[in-house]
Amino acid sequence: MTILGPLLMAAIVIVPVYIATMSNELKTLSVIDETGFFFGKFKDSESIRFHYLVSDIGSAKASFTKSGDYALLYIPKTELTLPTSAVLYSKSQVNINVKSYIKNVMGKRVEELKLEAKIKDLKLSEDAKLTTDDILRSIKASVDISTIKIGDEGKEEKSYPEVSMILGMFSGILIYFFIFLFGSQVMRGVIEEKTNRIIEVIISSVKPFQLMMGKITGIGLVGLTQFLLWVILTGTIVTIGISSFSSKIKPGAATEQLMQSQAKGMTAMQLPNAADSTKVTGEQSNEVINAIESIDFPIMIGMFLFFFLFGYLLYAALFAAVGSAVDSEADTQQFMLPLTVPLILSIVMAQYVIQEPQGPVAFWFSIIPLTSPVIMMIRIPFGVPYPQIILSMTLLVGGFLGATWLAAKIYRTGILMYGKKVSYRELWKWLKYKN
Amino acid sequence: MDLFIAKNVTKTFAQHKALDKVDINVPEGSIFGLLGPNGAGKTTFIRIVNRILAPDEGELFFMGNPLTPSDIFNIGYLPEERGLYKKMKVGEQALYLTQLKGLSRHDALEKLHYWFEKFEIKAWWNRKVEELSKGMQQKVQFIITIIHEPKMLIFDEPFSGFDPINVNLLKEEILELRKKGSTIIFSTHNMASVEELCDNIALINNARKILDGKVWEIKKTYKTNTFEVRFTKFDGDTRSFLSPSFEVLEQTIENEHFKAKIRIPADANPNDLIRQMLPHVMIQSVNEIIPSMNDIFIRTVTSQHPDPSTSTSEKI
Repeated sequence: MTILGPLLMAAIVIVPVYIATMSNELKTLSVIDETGFFFGKFKDSESIRFHYLVSDIGSAKASFTKSGDYALLYIPKTELTLPTSAVLYSKSQVNINVKSYIKNVMGKRVEELKLEAKIKDLKLSEDAKLTTDDILRSIKASVDISTIKIGDEGKEEKSYPEVSMILGMFSGILIYFFIFLFGSQVMRGVIEEKTNRIIEVIISSVKPFQLMMGKITGIGLVGLTQFLLWVILTGTIVTIGISSFSSKIKPGAATEQLMQSQAKGMTAMQLPNAADSTKVTGEQSNEVINAIESIDFPIMIGMFLFFFLFGYLLYAALFAAVGSAVDSEADTQQFMLPLTVPLILSIVMAQYVIQEPQGPVAFWFSIIPLTSPVIMMIRIPFGVPYPQIILSMTLLVGGFLGATWLAAKIYRTGILMYGKKVSYRELWKWLKYKN
Repeated sequence: MDLFIAKNVTKTFAQHKALDKVDINVPEGSIFGLLGPNGAGKTTFIRIVNRILAPDEGELFFMGNPLTPSDIFNIGYLPEERGLYKKMKVGEQALYLTQLKGLSRHDALEKLHYWFEKFEIKAWWNRKVEELSKGMQQKVQFIITIIHEPKMLIFDEPFSGFDPINVNLLKEEILELRKKGSTIIFSTHNMASVEELCDNIALINNARKILDGKVWEIKKTYKTNTFEVRFTKFDGDTRSFLSPSFEVLEQTIENEHFKAKIRIPADANPNDLIRQMLPHVMIQSVNEIIPSMNDIFIRTVTSQHPDPSTSTSEKI
């Protein structure tokens, strides 16, 4: 125990760091800038290199799907106004950091351009009444980057990395939470039966394995019922809430905003901008609806149920084994550590996975059974290749069977053992008992 | 006919031998005492009979056939370490445990009502177990053990935790069960109840069976031909007139009442003793001193030299 503890703790620290360094492979991002404003503005970093192309978007897209490039940034030509939007094409969902970097660079550049124009303007009109604040406000620019996923056959689909991120994180944490909650409930149940001494009465009627699986199944069904109730109730409340909320407020909001900006006495020059921003808010709420519609709910819920169920079963079997080996909940600490470490590790790794859903960290952690329930769930909204999902599922089911076999051996000896401080060496001996 | 036979049963836990080639035959319709000091291997043996554990070696027969998993429906087991789900209602729990023994819900309810009434705990049917006194919980447990009317019953220290009134109630029930045809294996340290109830016993010490047989036969083998004689009207020593082969072990006097413990030779009988004493004293009573099971237990266990290879007492 004295050795195992530090080892596991060190693993929590070292493994993520090691894997994070591993994941920094160089990505190439092609840029087609029809406006010519952004040439050379995107700076290469350790993990990403920008490559400027001069070609039309159609042929660029065609060659992109065949190339090993990470993404293709397209800034379309604008007449009259400064560019405020761009499209980012990619094969899988783009890294949220890359997206925000591009957005930042473009925004700064547009502001620069605006400022230059403003200064020219001021020189011409010699209008000294404008304060610095006014100038700063007038040059504020927001750039909208839409992300589009290009499928193998060139099929284009708008993607929403932010939505995937929230959804992935949410379901990952939910699984983590459920496994801990119901897993420890199984453990407490086993300890209760043991300290109650009812165990011997029951196992004279049923086999220890049946009793253990019965307990796991029972609590699992309780968990599932609770989850489904949550889904249904949350769904109902949200639907009712949104329908009453949107019918009252939405149509008025945009006009009100417009009125306000007029009331502030905006100059004629700024008005189109204001109208623009109204349009943007309208578009944004559309975006939200589009984003929600882009989620494949049957797949999401199906996957969630699978990974929840088997993740739970895997951990519950191990929790049951821990419960059987101890006399009271206070003694569980030493055996709990190897179970909590992979779970906590998954949550620690979640931040890397969110940023690199297709990277090696994400891949390995979503394949290894003890971490796969949480990590795979985080990855799924970003789109995971089917072979990987199937591999992960197979290994998880295999892991569950293995854990159950192991747990059953510890359980049948442990439940009859009283008043003895059990060590890992002791558990090892139990595994070798015949019956 | 023997209802249950264990042949050559051996069970080892890691380095510790819990049972070493134990043979036990339980005659049908008897009350069979399984005796032995703590850690001797009784509980392991009982768990093997209940199929909670499997023996490493040896064979088990129940009603003439090898013991199978379905036989547990013909066995009732009251473990020494017993308990119930504290938060569950008494009736609900009794019903659940009864159904686990293979009874239908309908039969289970009917029988439970009968027994709950008999044991006067009907009023507690809808109460939680944690509200019951320990004795009452034991009653519930006893009912659950016998409710499916098994051919064989195993009681591990059944009387612990009962008050004398309930101990009597339980004894009566056990005798009643035997009358109805059940065979009872009875594991205990309480030697008084062994004398009172058991027909046969087996004594296990250090994983080995060291003694078994009918209780009266065992007592007969262990008696030492010692008699206690009470008499009056005497002054002096009884040794002065008894023949030398009659050994006086002890002689006391209390208010002119004399008491002597005398061991007579194997070929003599009590009449010889009385004949020798009659001319000298006035005999009030002559009783043979028969060893109690308690004495036999202590004598056999302590006289056995513990085998060093099996002396580690690991409680399993």
